[in-house]
Amino acid sequence: MREELLAIIERNSRIDLKELAVILGVEEIDVVNELQTLEEEGIICGYHTMIDWEKTSIEKVSALIEVRVTPQRGQGFDNIAERIYKYPEVTSVYLISGGYDLLVTLEGKSLKEISGFVSDKLSTLDSVLSTATHFILKKYKDHGTILTKKYEDTREKVTP
Amino acid sequence: MKDMLSKQAVGLKPSGIRKFFDIVSEMDDAISLGVGEPDFDTPWHIRDEGIYSLEKGRTFYTSNSGLIQLRQEICNYIKRKQGVAYDPQHEVLITVGGSEAIDIGLRAVINPGDEVLIPQPSFVSYEPCAIMAGGVPVIIELKEENEFRLTAKELEDAITEKTKILILPFPNNPTGAIMERKDLEEIAEVIRKHDILVMSDEIYAELTYKEKHVSIIEMEGMQERTILINGFSKAYAMTGWRLGYACGPREILQQMVKLHQFAIMCAPTTSQYAAVEALRNGDDDVREMCMAYNQRRRYLMNAFREMKLSCFEPFGAFYVFPCIKEFGMTSEEFAERFLAEEKVAVVPGTAFGDCGEGYLRISYAYSLDNLKLAIGKLSDFVSRLRGEK
Repeated sequence: MREELLAIIERNSRIDLKELAVILGVEEIDVVNELQTLEEEGIICGYHTMIDWEKTSIEKVSALIEVRVTPQRGQGFDNIAERIYKYPEVTSVYLISGGYDLLVTLEGKSLKEISGFVSDKLSTLDSVLSTATHFILKKYKDHGTILTKKYEDTREKVTP
Repeated sequence: MKDMLSKQAVGLKPSGIRKFFDIVSEMDDAISLGVGEPDFDTPWHIRDEGIYSLEKGRTFYTSNSGLIQLRQEICNYIKRKQGVAYDPQHEVLITVGGSEAIDIGLRAVINPGDEVLIPQPSFVSYEPCAIMAGGVPVIIELKEENEFRLTAKELEDAITEKTKILILPFPNNPTGAIMERKDLEEIAEVIRKHDILVMSDEIYAELTYKEKHVSIIEMEGMQERTILINGFSKAYAMTGWRLGYACGPREILQQMVKLHQFAIMCAPTTSQYAAVEALRNGDDDVREMCMAYNQRRRYLMNAFREMKLSCFEPFGAFYVFPCIKEFGMTSEEFAERFLAEEKVAVVPGTAFGDCGEGYLRISYAYSLDNLKLAIGKLSDFVSRLRGEK
């Protein structure tokens, strides 16, 4: 049940518990217990909402920043990653294989705010060797959800 | 011109689905639960392979039997799933959907007057195809008390000296019934005893929700007397690609290839390239879609329990087949009124044979949100009907 449960709520965390139990073919109490266990184990880390900010009047700018850093003895990348992820405007930090080390995503109110963050805070960190900032112009798909168009049922209405 | 038309063609009953389709098409805002195809798009990697084949200019006929690499993949697939080996050179034919395989399979084996056993309720094509092949359809009426499975006794009772072939349509459209291993063992025994053929239409094989699908070809002595039909439409959500296949004894396949060659030449080339990709890398897609169908199936069964609508629990395909006998209306009356009053389309059971009277086919090839909306309306409708009594 665990895999199927996770697959469902990854798509729709607001699904009603009773309905969840029905479609999984188990009792509601089992779903409640399993969810609690998953939370305790840190497998479920949160229940967020996907928002397409583009469609609101609220200004938001997001960027991806490639960061090259010097790993520290005994700490590897963990220390520097922590220094970066503590900034609230940073929405994610990944350690990456390949041409650079950390991929940082950032959300701000304006281009200026983001470039300010990069030049004042990120680049000035001791172990940061270089940064490359990419502003996001349009989100087509996010978290497995296509944002640019809605599903349309184009099938014939009745078929054998 | 006098006698312009073929009497046999004219004599065929038009599909009951068609009639209902015409009514529904006139309503713009109807919600439909009447569709016999997946709601998923064909997985992108499969579509991409089709597009790629076009880019590469693979726009010519393939061999009559179909691309050899596709036939090989089909053999690998059947070996993997059923543990039965077929020779890709002589025992596999790629067809235009499972439907073509039904048609030419019957035409390859039927002589005038041969009886074709057709369990119903079932897919709409068997009976007309049997007639056009010169056969005599003999209907076996499946019963809800047997969960719409075919029993050995029902089969035995229908067999005569003229019986040539049994059509075995499981997992079943429209009932969602499946045949489990023990059921098939009993059927196989009767088939062997009377020395008849089987056409096993397993187009919904990937969509079962109990034990894994079992095929009649796994039973002793059955591979050599079975035309196995399957395809890509339901498992890989590829209905529009029109691609199916038949496997069977070399002698029968030889005749089928001949009919196919004269009528069709070969199945669509683009679809064949896409299907190779489906068989090579499509297992995860099938698993995910199957899981989604099962969730919807459970949702519907629970909804029927809550509205106290009688429905046996189906374990295959993507249909449920609830019983509406309590309302004292025919299936058609029920479906028409439901459409008129609630704007929801379901298919009357009678579209799949007379013995579908008293039942409705409800498809769950729809998103849960869509099902919820429609089932809410069904619940209202059912309460209203009960109030009228």
